[in-house]
Amino acid sequence: MGAPEIATAVLDVRNLSVAFATHTGPVAAVHDVSFTVAPGETLALVGESGSGKSVTSLAVMRLTPPAPRTRLDGQALFRSRDGTVRDLLAVPERAMRALRGNEIAMIFQEPMTSLNPVQRVGDQIAEAVMTHRPVGRREALDRAEHLLARVGISDARRRLAAFPHHLSGGMRQRVMIAMALACDPALLIADEPTTALDVTVQAQILELLQDLQRETGMAIVFITHNLGVVAEIADRVMVMYAGRIVEQGEVGPVMRAPLMPYTQGLLRAVPTLTVSDGFVPLTSIPGTVPSPTALPPGCAFEPRCPYALPGLCDATTPPLDDAFDGQQVRCLRWDAVAALEARP
Amino acid sequence: MASFLLNRLIQSVILLALVSVIGFAVLHLAPGGPLSQFALIPGMTQEQLAHIAHEMGLDRPLPLQYWEWVSRLVTGDWGHSYRDNQPVLAIISGRLPATFELMLTAIALAVLLGVTVGVLGAVRRGSIFDSLATVGAMVALSIPTFWFGLIVIYIFAVKLGWLPAGSRSTVGDGSFSDYFRHLIAPAVVLALVEVAIWSRYMRGAMLDVISQDFIRTARAKGLSEKSVMLRHAFRNALLPMIELAGLELPTLLGGALVTETVFTWPGMGRLFLDSLGYRDYPVVMGILMVSAVLVLIGSLFADILSAAADPRIRL
Amino acid sequence: MSSATVAAAVLPNRRLAGTSPRSRAWGRFKRHRLAMFGSGVILVLVFAVIFGPMILPFDPLHIDLRHRFAPPPGNGHLFGTDQLGRDLLVRLLMAGRISLTIGFMAMVVSTLIGTSVGVTAGYYGGLVGTVLMRIVDAVLCFPSVFLLLALAAFIKPSILTITLIIAATGWMEVARVVQAQIKALRHRDFILAAEMLGASGRYVMTRELLPNAAGPIIVAATLTVARAILAEAYVSFLGYGIQAPTASWGNMLNNAQQYLNSAPWLAIFPGLMITLAVTSFNFIGDGLRDALDARMDLT
Repeated sequence: MGAPEIATAVLDVRNLSVAFATHTGPVAAVHDVSFTVAPGETLALVGESGSGKSVTSLAVMRLTPPAPRTRLDGQALFRSRDGTVRDLLAVPERAMRALRGNEIAMIFQEPMTSLNPVQRVGDQIAEAVMTHRPVGRREALDRAEHLLARVGISDARRRLAAFPHHLSGGMRQRVMIAMALACDPALLIADEPTTALDVTVQAQILELLQDLQRETGMAIVFITHNLGVVAEIADRVMVMYAGRIVEQGEVGPVMRAPLMPYTQGLLRAVPTLTVSDGFVPLTSIPGTVPSPTALPPGCAFEPRCPYALPGLCDATTPPLDDAFDGQQVRCLRWDAVAALEARP
Repeated sequence: MASFLLNRLIQSVILLALVSVIGFAVLHLAPGGPLSQFALIPGMTQEQLAHIAHEMGLDRPLPLQYWEWVSRLVTGDWGHSYRDNQPVLAIISGRLPATFELMLTAIALAVLLGVTVGVLGAVRRGSIFDSLATVGAMVALSIPTFWFGLIVIYIFAVKLGWLPAGSRSTVGDGSFSDYFRHLIAPAVVLALVEVAIWSRYMRGAMLDVISQDFIRTARAKGLSEKSVMLRHAFRNALLPMIELAGLELPTLLGGALVTETVFTWPGMGRLFLDSLGYRDYPVVMGILMVSAVLVLIGSLFADILSAAADPRIRL
Repeated sequence: MSSATVAAAVLPNRRLAGTSPRSRAWGRFKRHRLAMFGSGVILVLVFAVIFGPMILPFDPLHIDLRHRFAPPPGNGHLFGTDQLGRDLLVRLLMAGRISLTIGFMAMVVSTLIGTSVGVTAGYYGGLVGTVLMRIVDAVLCFPSVFLLLALAAFIKPSILTITLIIAATGWMEVARVVQAQIKALRHRDFILAAEMLGASGRYVMTRELLPNAAGPIIVAATLTVARAILAEAYVSFLGYGIQAPTASWGNMLNNAQQYLNSAPWLAIFPGLMITLAVTSFNFIGDGLRDALDARMDLT
């Protein structure tokens, strides 16, 4: 088998499914998810907690619990710096380790707990460098200093000796980003990197990520439940619900005219500062994401959907339909919903 | 640093004062009290007893007796043995080296083995090794130390003849290897319970750390599982273990008493038992206080050490 | 509202909740294999020590110098005989009565002491709580064997005094567990509600706090039985506990060392009984801890 063709994308995920083994049999957390990210592009992965967005990213990193406890199906094709294309789900663990933190890096939600509390931040960054580059500690620390400066930490030389608890949440997230950039990754997976931060700090971090992306041309998969952040940073957006993609497309169309009732609900739950002539009620979606062990028949969103049609939506699992402009939606009634939504 | 030390020191002194009250109360409120051994002498009359009690100051109010005892204690006058009239402090300090030798060897063994077993159990959680270690530790905690000592003597001294059945050295042989051969069995016996405790705590601490976010970060860096476990998980899991070392001192001292008895080891524990046999009040009292003070110093030391080892605690 | 609507309103909830917390705990306990093993062993032991001596054709005190040191299994003496020709099995069972009784009784007493101290310290907190818990800390500074022996050596030994001495040196763990639990519960809404309704301190302590701390107390009590059996063995082995001719597992071992060469079974069997009983209680305690941990309901 020759190298699969993935056009220009850095990452091409095809039909990814993730299932966890439990006492009562396998539980599918992610179903049949496909997406691509191109160099320099930012793909936002959006959903409530439990929608499978974090599991998707951990599966791509192969950081889900090992084999008997987790079952990964599908492909995650990744284009390396040298141009070779490999399926991340199939490469041996050793080869995967060589990619992790090197060509693919990840940052996490909790900057407070994601750093080793008893190791100096300089050493933690240097460790990432030394793992993948044939350099000594001194050189690695020099690189760490350079990276700290690059993520906007002043007095970088001195900060190398700091412990994580000496730093604020925003600073720690900058350290995490510096660590992720240690080996100039082609792909950065950011799992809710700003959720735990103050709004002002959040904006700074987003700006930093965009600057870095412009400089390095890396692709970013940005996981969030915050649609406000999506509008700011993403080129394309992919909405997940109960382990499936329910809508995806260019960020503009999706945010302006979402087709899936779930995305519409998420958008209505975002407070806006725009002055409108009328009163815009802020609503939340009733109910919660169903547990993957007890998915409803038919469309998983049906129990919470204001447009659900009994006999149709609770009977048939909708496919991912191509709508217009490359926008895709998983809804049996999307055209009817679009018509209803368009009415003043 | 200074305020932390001072704080901790004051706490210890308060505790020490309480310890002395309790120690004094235990022996003086027990039926008979210090007089009991005189009452056993044949032909002792009530008047003579009363006379002795008066001479010893035992007919005065307890708080007063306590005060006198404590004020002499702090000046280093711990009284004299009823048995041979030697100063109590000298008798006890003569026995301490043997006890320390035994305890330090046992704790070294326990830390080495316990930490290894605990880490392996946590890393291979749910494996056969982990289950066996778990059950093994619970059984080890349930075996009476003295009985384990008897079994070890039976197998290795009586049946196999590999090791001596007791005492610290052979008379007339002062060589290191002779001391070492005598040390093996009692140290192993004393270590058994501690190995079990250390392996349980170490396993728990490792599992705690492994579930934390920074372990995922370390994996995301591309580190090998071995580096993740040793450089990140192990170092963090060791921190609470330092305090455990302090907390385990009373158990270790108690175990030492029993082990010394079974192996006729000339340490403080054996002295305690002998003194009980002779109703040697001052020595019994002295050993009680020495052991409590050792425990206090141990936990103070462990606290300081773990604070120094943890960068999050600013001294 | 008709009863049908009431049922309809309640039923979905009940289906979601599954079963009561108690039966869920029991279900977890039953799945804990070691705990079930321990419970089985203790049941068998209790039956054996009660009925065994009635069935076996030997008198535990009958001295038969012609059949001294009969090795097991010989002459109808399944476990052999001791230095006075007494049947070892009967003596082990009689000793078991003593050792298990002391274990249980000491547990009851030390749990009572520990719970009272713990509840008082946890409920009142402040100066009272600090002083009480400092006393606990201070008692814990003494290695318990030292304290145990110091007390036992000066008090005339009997089953009652040994029990009390063991209890007196073994209540601190329970006190700590209970205090921590009560302190945590102290400021929960339902306690504040009870106090606002004018419930007295004693009422809140015994009716509201104590039942909610029952789980940890039961676990600590079970482990205390194990500890008390061990403690009895230590004191009796060292000669300050139960005195001959009454047998306890501990004192059966105190002559065994000198016969280690000629009659090792005298040392092996009593120690095995102690280990078996103590291990079983520790297993049960472990199972109870898993079973009574309400957090387990979430998984």
